[in-house]
Amino acid sequence: MSGILVILEERGGRIRSSSWEALAAALKLGPAQDITAVVIGAQTAALAAEAAAKGVGKVVRVEHPLLAPYTADGYCAALEQLLQNQGPTQVVFPHTYQVRDYAPALAARMGQSLIGDVVAIEDGAVFTRQLMQGRLNANYRHSGNGPCFVSTQAGAFRADAVDALAGASPATITTFTPNLDASQIRTEPGEPFREAAQTVDLGSAQRIVSVGRGIKEEQNLGLVKDLAAALGAELAASRPICDNGWLPMERQVGSSGQTVAPKLYLAVGISGAIQHLVGMKGSQCIVAINKDPDAPIFEVADYGIVGDLFEVVPALTETVKAAK
Amino acid sequence: MKIVVAIKQVPDRDAPVRIAPGGKWIDETDLQWAMNEPDAYALEEALQLKEKNGGEVVALSAGPERTGQTIREALAKGADRAIQVVCDDLGTRDALGVAKLLAAAIKPENPDLVLTGLQSEDIGLGQTGVIAAELLGLPHATLILHVEKTDAGVTVKRELEEGWFQSIEMPLPAVLTMQSGGTKLRYATLMGIKRAKTKELKSVTAAELGADAAPVVVLEQIALPKKQKSTQILPGSPKEAAAALIEKLKTEARVL
Ligand SMILES: Cc1cc2nc3c(=O)[nH]c(=O)nc-3n(C[C@H](O)[C@H](O)[C@H](O)COP(=O)(O)OP(=O)(O)OC[C@H]3O[C@@H](n4cnc5c(N)ncnc54)[C@H](O)[C@@H]3O)c2cc1C
Ligand SMILES: Nc1ncnc2c1ncn2[C@@H]1O[C@H](COP(=O)(O)O)[C@@H](O)[C@H]1O
Repeated sequence: MSGILVILEERGGRIRSSSWEALAAALKLGPAQDITAVVIGAQTAALAAEAAAKGVGKVVRVEHPLLAPYTADGYCAALEQLLQNQGPTQVVFPHTYQVRDYAPALAARMGQSLIGDVVAIEDGAVFTRQLMQGRLNANYRHSGNGPCFVSTQAGAFRADAVDALAGASPATITTFTPNLDASQIRTEPGEPFREAAQTVDLGSAQRIVSVGRGIKEEQNLGLVKDLAAALGAELAASRPICDNGWLPMERQVGSSGQTVAPKLYLAVGISGAIQHLVGMKGSQCIVAINKDPDAPIFEVADYGIVGDLFEVVPALTETVKAAK
Repeated sequence: MKIVVAIKQVPDRDAPVRIAPGGKWIDETDLQWAMNEPDAYALEEALQLKEKNGGEVVALSAGPERTGQTIREALAKGADRAIQVVCDDLGTRDALGVAKLLAAAIKPENPDLVLTGLQSEDIGLGQTGVIAAELLGLPHATLILHVEKTDAGVTVKRELEEGWFQSIEMPLPAVLTMQSGGTKLRYATLMGIKRAKTKELKSVTAAELGADAAPVVVLEQIALPKKQKSTQILPGSPKEAAAALIEKLKTEARVL
């Protein structure tokens, strides 16, 4: 057993940046020449070339007509064969929705357990992941025989760390053709679709007031609506607010909603779970209002008020109105 | 349709998080407990499927004695019966270890459908349902918002990233991991709470299920996250803090 495999994911024919982050994480486990980048699908030539230019040790194309569209059954069967063939010590994935869908099953098939959503890797292969929605960190170590499976949290490792590798001569590319049969694929996925046309464009908003579960009741939403109106800001929300139907889903910010980058993002009663943070941490100035001084949202906020939103928000609205 | 719903009891969201002596788990004294939120959606979807198609909903939960409280909540909401896998080592089992427990309890039930939440709010492995499917040899789909019974099996609505969705057709039996927000949750009625007391609650131990616990992945240490960014916290009364913030946003950050 030797070597590190990084399983890259594509979107729209290009390697996704979260895949480069996974590759950056792999560099903490071993030198670039020990890393094999894996591209997988029905047509992988362009993806392989993109990966080879990054200066990894090797690139493998796992290619088969049955690997498009993506299915968990197809990917598990194909990658299991690749892993048997390559015998890596570690396998690294970006923690995308697709990886969540198949990597745990692949690891289990090989008697292993994925260390998922890792935010840091320390010397000696100690992996840090979050517990309690980001309120605690936990260190894990792989102790069994067989490969160690790891997935990396979006934004936790710097994609540009792999740019430094580029410039070396491109890696050699080989093709691995798995044995797949249509009968192995039990699910039949349809084309991706969006719900009805969006009527708000949070992506171009200059200011956003975003509300989370701290607001407690639907009837309290007026408080944040008033603040948004006073600031000339759009109203947005965390997932539970939209799940409850208090605001339409098109106002949801986060990994399954909108990605926004306004000048001002004011988070009211939002804890700062990673799935929310990925949608707003590119904002120019982030303000958090939360009664819990340890809420993870303060990890990305420029300014914070620790207090009860039911007192702080009306005070803010008044201050803004008075200044006009 | 016979549906097993895997339900985890987790610390209440507003509960204070303290690290237990030894640094391997949280201090559970005086904690309030609740049903993992995505599991509540899984239960709701199961109850609606049963109301439409007939059948039975079986709640399944693994954990220490206290888990019984959450199981009774599921029964009060309408599950027909429940299985409790009694074990005290959830915090140190790896994802495969937890899934082995559940799979061993599910197997003899031979359900048509297994629903789990997509992720637990405490350990947040986001894996248990997918691994259980693998162990049971069943097809699976994740991040599911809605399930429709068809002649050939089910059609499910799957959430993709950034506001996209996808339909997937699959045969039964199958395992689905449910995302929150696909439907509205019901409350337990008084009648439901009364009825729950008469429903069957079977209890088995991890040892009886023969699900081994030797982990491949070991939790070594829990710690509070190190602060990396220094946020300017604005002190004072709400009024003072508000005034200071608006001033900063105007003159320092220049975003107003
Ligand atoms: C696959 C997946 C995708 C997801 N996608 C998204 C997504 O796109 N967007 C998203 O937002 N989430 C998403 N989530 C959910 C995410 O993990 C969190 O559960 C969610 O963001 C929490 O929302 P919240 O911060 O509003 O609620 P909570 O986590 O419950 O936080 C409420 C906060 O309010 C504070 N508070 C309470 N009362 C007061 C008060 N009186 N005054 C001040 N503060 C108060 C509390 O201290 C707490 O910090 C996703 C989860 C998964 C697993
Ligand atoms: N101890 C448990 N008892 C019952 N169900 C569980 C347990 N642990 C996990 N699950 C199920 O698996 C889902 C995913 O959990 P996790 O993999 O820990 O994020 C949960 O939403 C539950 O449906």
